Amino acid sequence: MSTDTEGLALDDTVVTGMGVVAPTGLGRDEHWTNTLRGASAIGPVTRFEAGRYPSRLAGEVPGFDPAAHLTSRLLPQTDHMTRMALVASDWALTDAEADPAQLPEYGMGVVTAVSAGGFEFGHRELQNLWGKGPEHVSAYQSFAWFYAVNTGQISIRHGLRGPGAALVTEQAGGLDALGQARRQLRRGQPMVLAGAVDGSPCPWGWAAQLSTGRMSEEPDPVRAYLPFDAEAGGYVPGEGGALFVLETEEAARARGARRRYGRMAGYAATFDPPQGSGRPANLERAARAALDDARLGPEEIDVVFADAAGTSEEDAIEAEALRGLFGPHGVPVTAPKTMTGRLSAGGSALDVATALLALREGIVPPTINVSRPRPEHTLDLVTAPRRIPLATALVLARGQGGFNSALVLTGPC
Amino acid sequence: MDQLTTDRLMEIMRICAGEVDPVVTTADPEDIDFADLGYDSLALLETAGRLEREFGVAIGEGELADARTPADLTALINRLLAKTA
Repeated sequence: MSTDTEGLALDDTVVTGMGVVAPTGLGRDEHWTNTLRGASAIGPVTRFEAGRYPSRLAGEVPGFDPAAHLTSRLLPQTDHMTRMALVASDWALTDAEADPAQLPEYGMGVVTAVSAGGFEFGHRELQNLWGKGPEHVSAYQSFAWFYAVNTGQISIRHGLRGPGAALVTEQAGGLDALGQARRQLRRGQPMVLAGAVDGSPCPWGWAAQLSTGRMSEEPDPVRAYLPFDAEAGGYVPGEGGALFVLETEEAARARGARRRYGRMAGYAATFDPPQGSGRPANLERAARAALDDARLGPEEIDVVFADAAGTSEEDAIEAEALRGLFGPHGVPVTAPKTMTGRLSAGGSALDVATALLALREGIVPPTINVSRPRPEHTLDLVTAPRRIPLATALVLARGQGGFNSALVLTGPC
Repeated sequence: MDQLTTDRLMEIMRICAGEVDPVVTTADPEDIDFADLGYDSLALLETAGRLEREFGVAIGEGELADARTPADLTALINRLLAKTA
C-alpha cells in the first residue's frame, strides 16, 4: 500500500477504497489470493435447480450469509445481488476510512451498474402474481427488482444524498459506472461510491442469458469458458462484483485519506454498428479514446485486462483490436474472469479491482484453463502469474447489445 | 376465523419487515407507534397484504393509515373480522 501521493494532481480521480464480493472470495484479500493461485470458482449451479437447462455451470459467490451482514429489516425487501452490493458498499467505505456522516449532506453520490435488476426477487413475485393473484405480490416488489435498486439501497444505508445514477450496459457497466462517477467529480462532487455487483443465477435470469446463444453448454468446469482458445464455446455466467470509493485527489487530501489504489487516468465508451451493417466493431476506438483521455500512448500500457467474451467471433474482434493498438504480441493480456465466469456488470468492476491490486503488487494474475490459444490472435496471453513492473493497466469490457468501454488505470505512485 | 392477537401481529411483522428497532421506553410495545418501532409505510403495506390473505379481510387505505400502533392494527383486523362473521 502506498501513502505516496506525489505526482497526483488535485483534480485527478483517485480510488481510495474498494469492496469485493466475488466468486473468488469475500473481500479484497481473499479474492486477490485466490486469483493469484488461479483458483477456479466455476462449478455446478446451486442457487436453483439447473439440471434440465442446457447450461448448468456458474461462478457463484461462496459462503455469503446475508443475515451475518445485514439487519432483518433489509432481508425481506432485497434481492440476493442487492444484499451482496450492500455488503460491498460497507467494505468499500470502511476500506477508504470514509465516514459519510462526516461529509456535507450532499457530499457523496452513488453510481451503480446492473444488467437485470433483482431478477430472483422479481421472478418469485411474478410467480405469485400469475400463480396466486395480485394480493400475493410483495409490496417490496415495487422497487426490489428495479435496475436502480442497488443505488437506492446503498444511498439509504449510508445516507449518501449526492447525485445517484444507475447504468444498464451489461458487462460494460462496471466501467461505465466509474466513468459516470468521474463526471460527477468533475462537476464538483467530492466523493462518489461507484461500481457494480450483479448477477442473476435464477431461472428467469438464466432464460434471459440463454436467449443470447452465447452461454457455454460444456459441462466440464475446466473446459466451459475458454476465451481466445481454439475451443472457445461461449461463456459461463457468474455473480458478484466490486464497488469503489472514488474522489478527487483534492478531496482525498482534505480528509486525510491515506490510501490510493491508483488513479482513473482515462475512460471512453463507444457503441457498435448494427449487426449485418458491414461496418467494423468499435472496441478498438473505445480503447484508443481511453488512452487519448489518459494522455498515454499504447507503448506506455503495461497490461490489458481483456473482455474475453469466449466466443470465437467476439474473441477475434478483441484480438484484432489489441493487435491494431499494440501490434502482435505487443502487450501482456490477461483474463482472470476465466476463474469466475462473466459477472454481467459486476465483471468489469471486478476486473478494475483486480487490475488495481495487480498494479499495487506488480504481478499480472493469470488466465486459466486456456491451453490452446489461437495463434492467429497474436496475443501475449498471461497463463501463469507474471511479475513485471506495472505502472498502467487498460481494462476492456463489452456489453451485450453493442456496448464497448475502456478504462485506463495508473498505479499508486 | 380466530381473532388476531398482538403477539401474532408482531410475529407477522417480523416476517414481513424484520425485527423491531430497540426502543427505550416503559410503554407497552403494542402502544408504540410503528414509526418508533422502525416500521415504515412499506413495512405496513407488506404486513397489511399478509393480514388480508391470512384473515380474509379487506383493509381500506384510510383505515391502514389510521392504525398507528400494533394495538390499533390488531383492533382494526378484529373489527373487520367481526363484520364478516
